[in-house]
Amino acid sequence: MTRGSAISLRKVSKSFGALPVLRQIDLDIAPGSFTAIIGRSGCGKSTLLRLIAGLDEPSEGEIHISGKGTKPRLMFQEPRLLPWARALDNVEVGLGFDRGTATGRARAQAALDHVGLGDRLKSWPATLSGGQRQRVALARALVSQPQALALDEPLGALDALTRIEMQRLIEEIWRAEGFTALLVTHDVSEALMLADRVLLIEDGAIGLDLTIDLPRPRRCDIAELAQLEEQILDRLLTQKNAA
Amino acid sequence: MSDIAAKNFSSGWRFLRVAFPPRRAKADRAQPSSRLISSRLTPWILPALLLALWQGASAGGFLSAEILPSPLDVVKAGVTLIGNGQLAENLAVSTRRAASGFLVGGGLAFALGLSNGLSRLSEKLTDTTVQMIRNIPNLSLIPLVILWFGIGEESKLFLTALGVFFPVYINTFHGVRTVDAQLVEMARSYGMSSRELFLRVIFPGALPSIFVGLRYALGVMWLTLIVAETIAANSGIGYMAMQAREFMLIDVVVLAILIYAALGKLADSSVRALERRALQWHPAFHKV
Repeated sequence: MTRGSAISLRKVSKSFGALPVLRQIDLDIAPGSFTAIIGRSGCGKSTLLRLIAGLDEPSEGEIHISGKGTKPRLMFQEPRLLPWARALDNVEVGLGFDRGTATGRARAQAALDHVGLGDRLKSWPATLSGGQRQRVALARALVSQPQALALDEPLGALDALTRIEMQRLIEEIWRAEGFTALLVTHDVSEALMLADRVLLIEDGAIGLDLTIDLPRPRRCDIAELAQLEEQILDRLLTQKNAA
Repeated sequence: MSDIAAKNFSSGWRFLRVAFPPRRAKADRAQPSSRLISSRLTPWILPALLLALWQGASAGGFLSAEILPSPLDVVKAGVTLIGNGQLAENLAVSTRRAASGFLVGGGLAFALGLSNGLSRLSEKLTDTTVQMIRNIPNLSLIPLVILWFGIGEESKLFLTALGVFFPVYINTFHGVRTVDAQLVEMARSYGMSSRELFLRVIFPGALPSIFVGLRYALGVMWLTLIVAETIAANSGIGYMAMQAREFMLIDVVVLAILIYAALGKLADSSVRALERRALQWHPAFHKV
């Protein structure tokens, strides 16, 4: 049923010049799972995501992503829409080889429908709100039906309400499509709302690996969530004091 | 008393409202200021006023016809020149020169600008040379050009092409180089080929800057051509003006100057129309 990729990292290191960012990471991510990666800024969480998405090469070690077809898609912190392309054309960018074909166009239209923007096909990005732009970016990432989706703090710049809306949308689409999701975020409660598994990156290594086995859709008033959040925040804050 | 002060105050701020109309501008369309903005005639109020003032000064004897002929005299000179076919002929010659110089210089500059924008090697090889040549005032080459080409068509083509080259080159190069690197990274992560990357991301991203170069180049184009025509030509509007000077036909000289103004405005307007079409996506060009 699930069509997500299994992702495995073996002794993956990444350094920029003399500065090591990730050290000897070993990680297995189950197909179709939702993993959140959190950590203090500069801890290497975005670097990890970019390695998995294939935007950067590891300095050492190997990354294996199972399954054929499209490699993991990356959703950036900014929407990164082409300002000179209408919403539909922006989604078409995500099609890969099918760009410009009639079936491709139909799929792009369906993807926009899916994120609730079926009536804004012809809109220029400049006329869309921040949340709508991120929806177009989500449609673009999903239109090629990737087996894995990497999200690099895509909701960071949105207001609180739009953020919750987007979280629900992402969860809904993830449950329907079964891809492997990797979410980098600095928001602990967001990680706990969405993820099956939360990884905390400290000093370029995985410092904490928690499984969140709670029913979905989650409500933020569950006692376990509050407890977990406190536990993670404690860890993050003591790390700061130690440093 | 304070009422009047407040009224004066608020009308003084109308300038601001003209430049930055408030969102509810539609509701108070009836106001004269918004009618002024929406009218297509508004930009022509000032030229018409100046023309009327000029005619008045000439008719009233404040302006000697030897210094500046009245607008009516200029129109009469124009009618004569249209009648004997000279104006059309010279206009056609000048327009053809302008267009060919623009196409040759602009085309080469566009190609080199793209090539240097896209390839570091190409930039390393040619940019320094281009920058050196750019700093030579192109009109200083006129004596040399006359020695090379005489006063034939080649001299005008060479000078206009050279004048047009640099603004187009610099702005194309700059446009390509300043395309948002985040968009390029996005496009690569979606597996765009180099060709697609160019057509979908780099070229449209560079276009606003290219248009700046085009509009600037059009100004340089007329300037260079007219100087070249007054010095080294035996046809064209510039030549017509120089001939008229020899015979003290000051009305024809003024006519030629007014024709330059009209041609410049025409060229600029057509590029702006093109720009509005091509940059529809840009917030600055959205229809209100």
